[in-house]
Amino acid sequence: MAGKSLTAGKSLGPVRRAFAPWNDPAAKPFIQFQNVTKTFGDFTAVDDLSLNIYEREFFALLGPSGCGKTTLMRMIAGFEEPTSGHVMLDGQDLVGVPPYRRPTNMMFQSYALFPHMNVWDNIAFGLKQDGMAKADIATRVDEMLALVKLEKFARRKPHQLSGGQKQRVALARSLAKKPKVLLLDEPLGALDKKLREETQFELIDLQVRLGMTFVIVTHDQEEAMTVADRIALMDQGKIVQIATPGEIYEQPNSRYVADFIGDINILEGKVTSTEGGVATLDCIGTGAKVQVTQDGGAKLGDEAWFAIRPEKVSISLTPPEDPSVNAVSGEVWDIGYLGDVSIYHIRLATGATVKSTITNTTRLVSRPITWEDKVWLTWSRDGGVVLTR
Amino acid sequence: MAMTTTGAPGRGWLRWLVVAIPYLWLIVLFLAPFLIVLKISFSTTAIAMPPYTPALDLSAGLGALWEQIQEFTFDNYIFLTEDSLYLQSYLSSLKIAAISTFLILLVGYPIAYGMARARREWRPTLLMLVILPFWTSFLIRVYAWIGILKPEGLLNQMLLGLGVISEPLNILPSTLAVYIGIVYSYLPFMILPLYATLEKLDETLLEAAADLGCPPIQAFWKITFPLSIPGVVAGCFLVFIPAVGEFVIPDLLGGSDTLMIGKTLWAEFFSNRDWPVSSAVAVVLLAILVVPIMLFQNAQKKASE
Ligand SMILES: Nc1ncnc2c1ncn2[C@@H]1O[C@H](COP(=O)(O)OP(=O)(O)OP(=O)(O)O)[C@@H](O)[C@H]1O
Ligand SMILES: [Mg+2]
Repeated sequence: MAGKSLTAGKSLGPVRRAFAPWNDPAAKPFIQFQNVTKTFGDFTAVDDLSLNIYEREFFALLGPSGCGKTTLMRMIAGFEEPTSGHVMLDGQDLVGVPPYRRPTNMMFQSYALFPHMNVWDNIAFGLKQDGMAKADIATRVDEMLALVKLEKFARRKPHQLSGGQKQRVALARSLAKKPKVLLLDEPLGALDKKLREETQFELIDLQVRLGMTFVIVTHDQEEAMTVADRIALMDQGKIVQIATPGEIYEQPNSRYVADFIGDINILEGKVTSTEGGVATLDCIGTGAKVQVTQDGGAKLGDEAWFAIRPEKVSISLTPPEDPSVNAVSGEVWDIGYLGDVSIYHIRLATGATVKSTITNTTRLVSRPITWEDKVWLTWSRDGGVVLTR
Repeated sequence: MAMTTTGAPGRGWLRWLVVAIPYLWLIVLFLAPFLIVLKISFSTTAIAMPPYTPALDLSAGLGALWEQIQEFTFDNYIFLTEDSLYLQSYLSSLKIAAISTFLILLVGYPIAYGMARARREWRPTLLMLVILPFWTSFLIRVYAWIGILKPEGLLNQMLLGLGVISEPLNILPSTLAVYIGIVYSYLPFMILPLYATLEKLDETLLEAAADLGCPPIQAFWKITFPLSIPGVVAGCFLVFIPAVGEFVIPDLLGGSDTLMIGKTLWAEFFSNRDWPVSSAVAVVLLAILVVPIMLFQNAQKKASE
């Protein structure tokens, strides 16, 4: 179980050795995109993109629909050739290598199960193709069926399965060959929440056990945060940020990233001071004065944005000691009850809204803070980030 | 149902009419003629108009009708078993139809496959080209083959001109020419159902196969072909069934040694003017074809499941 980082959600077993080859200049990337562009007609799906993925990494591609995630995957699998640039695997240029010679397997977004074969034969297909001995095939297929909990369905044809079951067959089929690189295109979309979470952890476990490199595409950022060592956020064929789940959540490099990942308050302002590693912003829309620690991104006089997650904003009925900095006041406009937390929408005097999340530590008999209450919102200097784009 | 869904009473009959029209069509245009043929096949030839008895004349009343029915005989069917010409014709027809079907499949599959894999914007044009020959009369197209295959025809002229042969080939008339004619004439009936199934084939299945290590040619046999079997089956039956009873092609392109039941039937009917025997020939032919037709329907049912 060596070689995994301890990231959010990955609390399986004891603490693991830090896994961060991307910080090691000597580490050789396993999958490499070098200035890859892919165009369809006059539409650019992937735009001069460079990217390194390391061996044994669990890499997630995140981004809005149509941003080029599937196209990127298909270039690794060999179904699309880059219009320009190179895709390398383990130091070898993949351009021109047909898909059936690549040591990668893909789980298709549409599953692509062979309709004329039963579940067992679908899973065995790739193994038979490799000329594996019959007995070994049987062992491996049974192992895969057990993994996705479909032992009872081995003789069913795909059209006799539910959406979630089909998805599990597709997963089992792509895992059966234990490829060096497994490409998962929205693998868990059709599963219910509980099964999805279970499968996520199984994926992590598998990936660690088998020592494979996983590249996963997902729409579900929580899923990306749970499974991935690093996340690449894409937009219109470009990568906007690549970082660990923790970094991408806590230190987004732009408003686009901050806004895409999780919930966030973004206040527009002007930088009035950058002394001592602390940026001071005057926020126009909210009238707030914000002081935030930073490492030099924002310059004096810049237009900048202060971004802070709702759970880092405290809410209180009484004013703070120093209401002039990192504090705003307003009225409770709306409360979203989510069970574990409640999201408070606070309407400020200027008309702007700021969100604050409160953990529900007691049963909701009566709320200490409720609709139309006048409240104060405060946060610490380390709570948010200042963004310059 | 119709009443409850539309809420307008009195619409029920419309629904029944819609259901009834195809049945009416079948009764008038298929069942009735068949019963007439069946009846004639139980009759005896006569020098009269119509040339058989009993004529089932209703004017003499129902009692007389019963007497006439008692005159029905199986003699014509027995006769079919006595003269080996009929058995040979049936067997020869089945053989020619089966071989032609196989040849048509060999020719048609690559064409249908090519069409289904062609660029999307080309497909309607290609489909049009397949259907285009239907705009010319079938008879004229078969005659055209005479022009191509005859000793001084286009084919021989071309081959002679190219120096491939030194003497004209005597293809016409022959069983070979019949095969050429059938393959040519029935090819579209094979291509169309094949194209329909191949075009529906999800291309990501082939990508999945490739992804799992399957090169394209193997993928064809493991994925494409098995999934196109419903089209193959439909095409084969659509070609085989009419080819068995084919008359025009063997008549125009075949020699006297080309035995086909359609020709035999024609001779029986028009040359011998033996309506009862030719009717018996037709009824037996139908009985022979019912077997593949039922197989076909079975296959269709399975495919739709
Ligand atoms: N074969 C193709 N021909 C033309 N355009 C294509 C083709 N394949 C993809 N595209 C376009 O490229 C863009 C990226 O597609 P891609 O499938 O990579 O998106 P995606 O990020 O996977 O989206 P989603 O999350 O919806 O699956 C889309 O705008 C799509 O329309
Ligand atoms: Mg996609």
